[in-house]
Amino acid sequence: MARVVQSKVAVVSTVFFVCLHFACCNNGRRVGDALETEFSGFSVPLEHSFEVDDVAKFQVRGALLLKPGREPSVSLSQNPLSDEDRTKLKEVAAVDGLYRIRVPRVFLQADRQTERQMEGYLTAFVRACAMVESHLSDVIALHTDVSGYLIGVSIVTLPGACRGTEVEDEVDLEIFNTTLSIMAPVNAPGPETAFFLERMEQESEKKGKNPQEQKSFIAKYWYLILGGAIFLMVTNSAQPPAGGGREQS
Amino acid sequence: MAKLILLWLKCIILYNAVDAVFEDQVGKFDWRQQYVGKVRFSHFDTHVQSSKKVLVATENNVFAALNTRTGELFWRHVDKSGPEGNIDALLHHGQDAILVVGNGRLLRSWDVNVGGLNWEIVLDSGSFQKACLVGQQGTVKHVAVLKKNIISLHYLSNGHQKWIENLPDSETVDYQTVYSGGNGEVYALGIVPHSHIVIIAYSTDDGEIIKQISVEAPWLSNIVASCAVIGQGVLICVDSATPSLYMYNLNPNMDDLQMTQIPLQSLGLEVAPDFQPVLVSHQPNSAHQPLSEFFLQLGPDNFLLLQFNNGQIVTLRDFKPALLVSFATTGEKTIAAVMSPKNKTASSINLFSAETGRRLLDTTLIFVMDPNGGKPEKIYIQPFLKKDDSVGYRAMVQTEDHTLTFIQQPGRVMWTREEALSDVVTMEMVDLPLTGTQAELEGEFGKKAAIQDGLMSMVFKRLSSQLILLQAWISHLWKLFYDARKPRSQVKNEVTIENLSRDEFNLQKMMVMVTASGKLFGIDSKTGSILWRHYLNDVPSNAAFKLMVQRTTAHFPHPPQCTLLIKDKDTGLTTLHVFNPIFGKKSHVTPPALPQPILQSLLLPLMDQDYAKVLLLVDDQYKVSAFPSTKNVLQQLQEMASSIFFYLVDSSQGRLSGYRLRTDLSTEQIWEVVIPMEIQRIVSVKGKRPNEHVHSQGRVMGDRSVLYKYLNPNLLAVVTESTDTHQERSFVGIILIDGVTGRIIHEAVQRKARGPVHIVHSENWVVYEYWSTKSRRNEFSVIELYEGMELYNSTVFSSLDRPHAPQVLQQSYIFPSAISTMEATLTEKGITSRHLLIGLPSGGILSLPKMFLDPRRPEIVSEQSREENLIPYAPELMIRTEWFINYNQSISRVQGIHTSPSGLESTCLVVAYGLDIYQTRVYPSKQFDVLKDDYDYMLISSVLLALFFATMISKRLAEVKLLNRAWR
Repeated sequence: MARVVQSKVAVVSTVFFVCLHFACCNNGRRVGDALETEFSGFSVPLEHSFEVDDVAKFQVRGALLLKPGREPSVSLSQNPLSDEDRTKLKEVAAVDGLYRIRVPRVFLQADRQTERQMEGYLTAFVRACAMVESHLSDVIALHTDVSGYLIGVSIVTLPGACRGTEVEDEVDLEIFNTTLSIMAPVNAPGPETAFFLERMEQESEKKGKNPQEQKSFIAKYWYLILGGAIFLMVTNSAQPPAGGGREQS
Repeated sequence: MAKLILLWLKCIILYNAVDAVFEDQVGKFDWRQQYVGKVRFSHFDTHVQSSKKVLVATENNVFAALNTRTGELFWRHVDKSGPEGNIDALLHHGQDAILVVGNGRLLRSWDVNVGGLNWEIVLDSGSFQKACLVGQQGTVKHVAVLKKNIISLHYLSNGHQKWIENLPDSETVDYQTVYSGGNGEVYALGIVPHSHIVIIAYSTDDGEIIKQISVEAPWLSNIVASCAVIGQGVLICVDSATPSLYMYNLNPNMDDLQMTQIPLQSLGLEVAPDFQPVLVSHQPNSAHQPLSEFFLQLGPDNFLLLQFNNGQIVTLRDFKPALLVSFATTGEKTIAAVMSPKNKTASSINLFSAETGRRLLDTTLIFVMDPNGGKPEKIYIQPFLKKDDSVGYRAMVQTEDHTLTFIQQPGRVMWTREEALSDVVTMEMVDLPLTGTQAELEGEFGKKAAIQDGLMSMVFKRLSSQLILLQAWISHLWKLFYDARKPRSQVKNEVTIENLSRDEFNLQKMMVMVTASGKLFGIDSKTGSILWRHYLNDVPSNAAFKLMVQRTTAHFPHPPQCTLLIKDKDTGLTTLHVFNPIFGKKSHVTPPALPQPILQSLLLPLMDQDYAKVLLLVDDQYKVSAFPSTKNVLQQLQEMASSIFFYLVDSSQGRLSGYRLRTDLSTEQIWEVVIPMEIQRIVSVKGKRPNEHVHSQGRVMGDRSVLYKYLNPNLLAVVTESTDTHQERSFVGIILIDGVTGRIIHEAVQRKARGPVHIVHSENWVVYEYWSTKSRRNEFSVIELYEGMELYNSTVFSSLDRPHAPQVLQQSYIFPSAISTMEATLTEKGITSRHLLIGLPSGGILSLPKMFLDPRRPEIVSEQSREENLIPYAPELMIRTEWFINYNQSISRVQGIHTSPSGLESTCLVVAYGLDIYQTRVYPSKQFDVLKDDYDYMLISSVLLALFFATMISKRLAEVKLLNRAWR
């Protein structure tokens, strides 16, 4: 716990989805007071590996504190990068190596510790140069399935590009600036029949309220049409004598 | 006014969505071919002398009648697929054909003439063994059906059950066959393997057991495989161990408990080593006894015609070598047909008198075997009596590649049916090559030529090629003129492999089809005629196929090249077949030997110096081999290695993993996603088609801003189904994963849903269809991905550098029908709007505009959505009849739809395959780049001419006027 207090990471929290819960803790304070009484959570190691020869050798980067429940949350306490690791990371970035992370497969909703851990790891990677150039600011997302099994982990850096800019300041590569989230699958929507029917009803009600609009074109303007027809008939019947007169002349 | 224009625009758009053929266009751009499948039973219709029908019942659960003159279908009945519609037996008597369907579940009688159903009755389901017709006093009135523990007799006229009896001791005795010799008794023959045969004789009248005996036969294990009934009810069996023939008289007056043994040696016969001898008998009429003559097969190419006479067996004739034998009866005469090999490419069929074994004169028929086909498997003989009472015949030969060939004497092929095409697994459409003259031009102005030659020779080349073009044009004109003089019926535009060439708009292509039997076909897409066929002998029965076009026809003079990957599903061992897709010939390029099981194959956009795309194969040691693997390729691979990624899916463990290529062609795992098997299983993983083009990067919104699409070419759509099938808890999962980084882009669950899931993944959208268990209906759902109002990096897309997750929009709709398969249209440049082509179980192909599956369809119509031409949301997708692209040409059991772009942007070529094959063209945005058929050329040219003259005259007049004014 002492180490947790050491690291000072800024808390960034933005909500994109309902199902997405950011909670990035650097000082051991817990998020969600209600959960605190219920369940204290459990921790699993977050490991990383970056080697010049690209043969993975995973070392502990920090500890993920997972809090199961209806809306699972996660927090991370991690150590700063040592001098040795910093130079190694830069070397790996220079040869365009990979920076990999892994977490063990866990089952969040299990009651007992033994049931939580499962065999195997979930792995992800970014290019080491992106890690260096972003000054160790990464976004890690943990994905669970419907029942709370961890199925995947992903890591991206912000910014994500490798432009080849040199990172001079060693201090920039000391502390991780991690945004962490845990995501459960979204419920896909079904066909929206209820809303549609409601709208249809409203429309038919509207039509029912002013019957004026429902009338057809002829029903609305019958008098005009009749008037026009009579006018035409009158002018037609008046014409023949005039035409005949013209012919005669 | 603005509203009026909007309304008008809407009308145009809706009008555009309408897409149907006119009556006079039927068959102009489309064709359909109907198939029946591999023939299991076949009978010639003989009750009328002049009948032209042959009845076939196939392994695809189809019962049909073919025209023996043309090979076309008279009628066809397609039953349910799978074991439910399996045809167990076909019996033919007079005008009726009796079918036992679905492991003895249904008994049906069909009228042969018109193909109508006479009657159908439902039997107790399961454990069907054998059926036979039962005759009495010269007429056939009943049909007997034997099951594991029941025998029943039905009337032929109406199917009603006459009697049903339980078979005694059916737990221990395996009743296998039923026989009737027309004397008022029905025999059920059962066996206790390696112990004894049980023979029960039932009375036809009331089902009473007349006699029940068991005969010792400790050497016998299967009656059907090694016994037959001949002559006056003599059961004859063959034993390969001793080797000898055993006989037993079924006649109820005899009470032997032993079978009579006749060693084959005493007859001077010898069985080929490791061969199980087979008996072939013949019963011309169910109301009479079978023949006393029968065939005994002693080796793969050795048949004997034997006769049973007064307890003695006489050899009538020895046929060696012989491939196939068959009995046939016409009138009173029964003949035996024997097919024997003549040379490597041909066999001859001869007729022999069944009674004497003498060869009949002038009955030789030569069957020329297709070198690209399979060996003959079965022959069916249709004999007929000529005027001089001699026997003539026609023969239908079925070969290993499911082909039916109908031959007439002396060897004229009347028709062939390629029934392998009833089970197409995968296909590709390949552009046709250029004509000789076009190719000449290409060759002369190729890059290499330009460097080598000087200026003068280039000029000469130019002139000579222009001359060639002129010559070709003149000869074309001459041909047109020549054809125009002849009556229309004589002009034949037959497509042969020689005159194949690309047309102006690249609408005619070569369809390369791979069938489950391992036969490949090259079909001309315009006419549907088969231009080449090639049978692969050594294809395992459970093979998976993947067809790839390594080199298109665009790289003259290099021939086009296709590679077929054939993988044994059990062992994972893979072979490659490399061939030329235009001519079907096997390529000279030798594919690499692949000793290890192959996990994954990927076709890279990289090309070797001969313009063949590089195929990478990943084996189970995660080692990669390249094909072709020239130095040039290996060098390119080394340079590109760090940017070549691939993924593997292990659906049995729910594991998806990503790998990166190393320079030494080994691989390293870089990501892993594990979906626990306890909850859900992966049913399909779908990427995008590599030849797909997306024309516009974004969509213009109502307020004139642009919403950019998330166009990730590496995106995979993973579909999962829950293991829990309870209707409240079952779900369908959709996971969108980046195939390079393993990043889960989107994860959604459709609750209370169940498969089968059909999915199309294209551009920035995924459309899938599932069964909603809650509402008990089929539903469509569409997911669209957008980057947002601005692009992260507009020049190039890299999966490694896209930190922001895309916006995900989703909407669902009700679809009023189940679907069989689904595919999206594809055009050259992707400008034309997209349609979904949906194969329905009813046989229709529905062309549904993608516009209706758009998650941005608004629930409440606003000014902006109207500006964007979004259709207001309605939960139900209608099926409009004019959307069926195949009008009344139903396609049975659609299994796949293949779309291919043509040279015209508006046109997409569509091939639907299943039991039938249907080819057509679709125009999702109408034919905006083609003049209509009925375009008035006369009017436009006369208007143009008139305008031209009018300008000339008015110019002249104006000049005169000017001159006059000047004089004034």
